[in-house]
Amino acid sequence: MPSVIPHDSVGLVTPQVLHFSEPLPLACGRSLTEYDLVIETYGELNENRSNAVLICHALSGHHHAAGYHSMEDRKPGWWDSCIGPGKPIDTRRFFVVSLNNLGGCNGSTGPGSANPATGRPYGADFPVITVEDWVNSQARLADALGIAQWAAVVGGSMGGMQALQWTISHPDRVRHCMAIASAPKLSAQNIAFNEVARQAILTDEEFHGGRFYEQNVVPKRGLMLARMVGHITYLSDDAMGQKFGRELKTDKLNYDFHSVEFQVESYLRYQGEEFSGRFDANTYLLMTKALDYFDPASAHDGDLAKTFAAAKADFCIMSFTTDWRFSPARSREIVDALIAAKKNVSYLDIDAPQGHDAFLLPIPRYLEAFVSYMNRIAV
Amino acid sequence: MRADLDIIKDWIPAGSRVLDLGCGNGELLAYLQANKQVTGYGLEINDENIKQCIRRGVNVLEQDLDKGLGNFASNSFDIVVMSQALQAVHYPDRILEEMLRVGRECIITFPNFGHWRCRWYLARNGRMPVSEFLPYTWYNTPNIHFCTFEDFECLCRELKVKVLDRLAVDRQHRHGIGSRLWPNLLGEIGIYRVTGPSL
Repeated sequence: MPSVIPHDSVGLVTPQVLHFSEPLPLACGRSLTEYDLVIETYGELNENRSNAVLICHALSGHHHAAGYHSMEDRKPGWWDSCIGPGKPIDTRRFFVVSLNNLGGCNGSTGPGSANPATGRPYGADFPVITVEDWVNSQARLADALGIAQWAAVVGGSMGGMQALQWTISHPDRVRHCMAIASAPKLSAQNIAFNEVARQAILTDEEFHGGRFYEQNVVPKRGLMLARMVGHITYLSDDAMGQKFGRELKTDKLNYDFHSVEFQVESYLRYQGEEFSGRFDANTYLLMTKALDYFDPASAHDGDLAKTFAAAKADFCIMSFTTDWRFSPARSREIVDALIAAKKNVSYLDIDAPQGHDAFLLPIPRYLEAFVSYMNRIAV
Repeated sequence: MRADLDIIKDWIPAGSRVLDLGCGNGELLAYLQANKQVTGYGLEINDENIKQCIRRGVNVLEQDLDKGLGNFASNSFDIVVMSQALQAVHYPDRILEEMLRVGRECIITFPNFGHWRCRWYLARNGRMPVSEFLPYTWYNTPNIHFCTFEDFECLCRELKVKVLDRLAVDRQHRHGIGSRLWPNLLGEIGIYRVTGPSL
């Protein structure tokens, strides 16, 4: 709980819900007849409407990226280290828009929302959403906010994929793209981890084929396992070693299978437990599918340079040395394609021991580079 | 602007696509972008330099020259520049070949170890030259492959690299009659414009 709001915080913020009643056609062939998007905004839109920055969230993210909802909040928004007055995305200069993606479980229309056709929760009937679909829904959001062109679209991990997709789908509507700890498509290993997570959920008895809402149960075990396996990929071997090592929670080994003995077990269980209480199982399935399907080059014979041919944005790509979920090599694939496509691009590989999670952390070199790039963006 | 860069900037035609290896704080590319409609990228590994490039709006890529230029397509740049970095790479011959593969022309600048002051220092003290211009001692220097103008031109002949232009200058980037007549003795910095054997 912040007894006082820090001076470099956006302060107390209130989400708002925007309703869209024009049907949104989706990549799967279906469409959403109407939908809500929940957003937060920080800073002021300038007179020319030229200072808007869109924040795209990662797998388990949402619209609450910065500031506090109340003085009782334990923690600020998920990217508070990067958004606020004097921070890399400086809210004194930029008007920041952060949303919860379609299919989410934090207020935007998703599997837990009522299907207008039936009045019951969508559940498994919610269409599979792709990164392209998200970007199209975000374009509608931009229209609704009167933003013809983003000064920048920024995101880490899955958020970076959306930022990249923006430059491909709507080249005239984004001046700068910042994709951090991201990838141009998932590897077989990435998909494999996602599949393990999905199987954990799908085989949970309480999942009920996605219709668990009506049974008043939650597939907690499945979600917990999904989060546990995911979490392993967010940290580096070193980071885990440093945080937990082989430290025990108990004073001796129990020679059984049900005790929580190692600190790392306890940590993963806590993470899984906490996550299963706040996240929706169907949303988790959707988000991982969107990740698996993301492959913008597939529409251009697998040629990523051709895929970016029409892009007009300037790019800033960053990776972290110990990230093995989306390793620096994945970022360099993006960079090489942008070079081949003759686009403006800068690339930094930040030395950081934390693994994939580094993009959320206040690492000095990362934040300084971030500030430098954001400051050069004319508004 | 640094002496050699001040001369290089005039050697690069307007509108060129330039790759600057070891671009430092990006001052050359920033100048070329602003004044000669040049596009391109700088490669750099020093954090402070990278930040300055970003601030200047120069495209900078964090990439180690010693790992090669394999990510750049052949003939994808008009000019590849490498200023004051040749002596610091692990394999100057390989990087030179790589530069000629990636660019149509290359501009290379490097300190001349054959300059009379270096020769005098070594002859008189029997020790590796240390000066204001080359302030490192042998064990901590990033400059691991010093050469003289003669050495460099010999490598060019071996690799069948054609020297299109060369200039020997001193630190104040003067290129007087002395350094024109006896470059390998009187020139402190060499500036070479070269092209590959196929052209």
